[in-house]
Amino acid sequence: MDAWSNLVDTFLNWGYIAEVLPTMFAYGLQNTIVLALTSGVIGTLLGTLLALMGISRNRFVRVLARIYTDVFRGLPAVLVILVIGLGFGPLLRELAGITNPYPLAVAAMALMAGAYIGEIFRSGIQSVDKGQLEASRALGFGYGPSMRLIVVPLGIRRVLPALMNQFIALIKESSLVFTLGLTATQRELFQIGQDFAANNGNQSPLVAAAIFYLVLTIPLTYLVNYIDKRLREGGKQKAEPDEAAAVIGKGAHA
Amino acid sequence: MSEFKSGSLEAKEIHLAFGSNKVLRGINLAVPEGTAASVIGPSGSGKSTLLRVMNRLIEPDQGDILLDGRSVLKDSPDELRRRIGMVFQQFNLFPHKTVGENVAFALRRLRKLSRDEAWTEALAQLDKVGLKHKAEVRPATLSGGQQQRVAIARALAMQPEVMFFDEATSALDPELVKGVLALMTDLAKEGMTMVVVTHEMGFSRNVSNQVVFMDGGVVVENGSPDQLFTDPQTDRLKTFLSDVL
Repeated sequence: MDAWSNLVDTFLNWGYIAEVLPTMFAYGLQNTIVLALTSGVIGTLLGTLLALMGISRNRFVRVLARIYTDVFRGLPAVLVILVIGLGFGPLLRELAGITNPYPLAVAAMALMAGAYIGEIFRSGIQSVDKGQLEASRALGFGYGPSMRLIVVPLGIRRVLPALMNQFIALIKESSLVFTLGLTATQRELFQIGQDFAANNGNQSPLVAAAIFYLVLTIPLTYLVNYIDKRLREGGKQKAEPDEAAAVIGKGAHA
Repeated sequence: MSEFKSGSLEAKEIHLAFGSNKVLRGINLAVPEGTAASVIGPSGSGKSTLLRVMNRLIEPDQGDILLDGRSVLKDSPDELRRRIGMVFQQFNLFPHKTVGENVAFALRRLRKLSRDEAWTEALAQLDKVGLKHKAEVRPATLSGGQQQRVAIARALAMQPEVMFFDEATSALDPELVKGVLALMTDLAKEGMTMVVVTHEMGFSRNVSNQVVFMDGGVVVENGSPDQLFTDPQTDRLKTFLSDVL
């Protein structure tokens, strides 16, 4: 059973896990969250813009959004992060004196997330029944205000679960910033696990990183399911029988 | 007793085509102030499209629309639609807003009432359709008949001069039709100018002042309910009536 205990030790050496935990709590967790959250927020704004462009009545604007989406959805994440992070790094250093790779990593992640989120929002907006637009316009709202006040909010609510999935993807994708080279305090969960694992010839620190990721992502997936269920059922109370009979004849006189 | 500033509505020589499909081919219709006109006819005859052209949800290719005797084609279509309330077959209430917010929404945004004023007015309108107690719930929890009455309250809250009903009872279970029709009847009696696209022949016959029979994008017959229902002149109307009555 030597092989078996070796295997257990490779992945579940509690000593190594305990050793890596303080660093993960000190830097890794917050760095991962910062990367995912900022790129998520920027990606959502970008996605909203792309979705609105995608449903524009102007063909040129629609094509522009299409091209953007096709490009950034079609490339591997690691390639985009490397190309943008390394490619624009010198420029950023020269112009703003910034050597931290985070801004460019966040930019790369946000650019990709924007493409996905744009498609999510667009499909949501386009799935809204056209009667909603008609009703709003019939009340006297113009096309723009009808879209802004009724159709777009309705469409976005409908795709909140898909949006949450995108945030989960960003949490995982943030691990790729290691390709840009990080200083000790810039390291996120994966890089910390990776460093400890390499130094000790043992995979347990990576298992610790895995647990951190799961602690972040699993509750989010359950939140997604909850929101999804909630949106579909609308916290629905049972519909009451119509008491129309009671007001017949009263109707508009009441 | 009328509490409406109801107006007359007139459509003159309205033409509309979608590509090569001529949907409306020279429609003339005059609805005097305070009267109700029913528009009947087979599916695809252009009834619902006519309503949408008269409030300019769809712009006509040709023709004129007059409200209170004045052409409205040069006005902003949004302004026009504030003066014409519309009720749809599928209710089209905003599902993410409560019943009260559905009614108050346009009051705040378009009539520029304060939040409190709009809410008070919304409750008053809901009270008229017997649903004030439902102001805080979402439309999905209401029956179809209740939803349609909310839609009517939402349209009336804008103080329209004319009301359009586009098959307002067609999507309702039979037992719920009565309540909505009663409300529409009350409105007609109170002197609201109404154009009602409907398959409810009882309503056309007993409540409306004028019945318009459309087929193939033209007005085939137009007259008093008695005239059309007891003495139809054309074979097309005779066939239609024998099919639906």
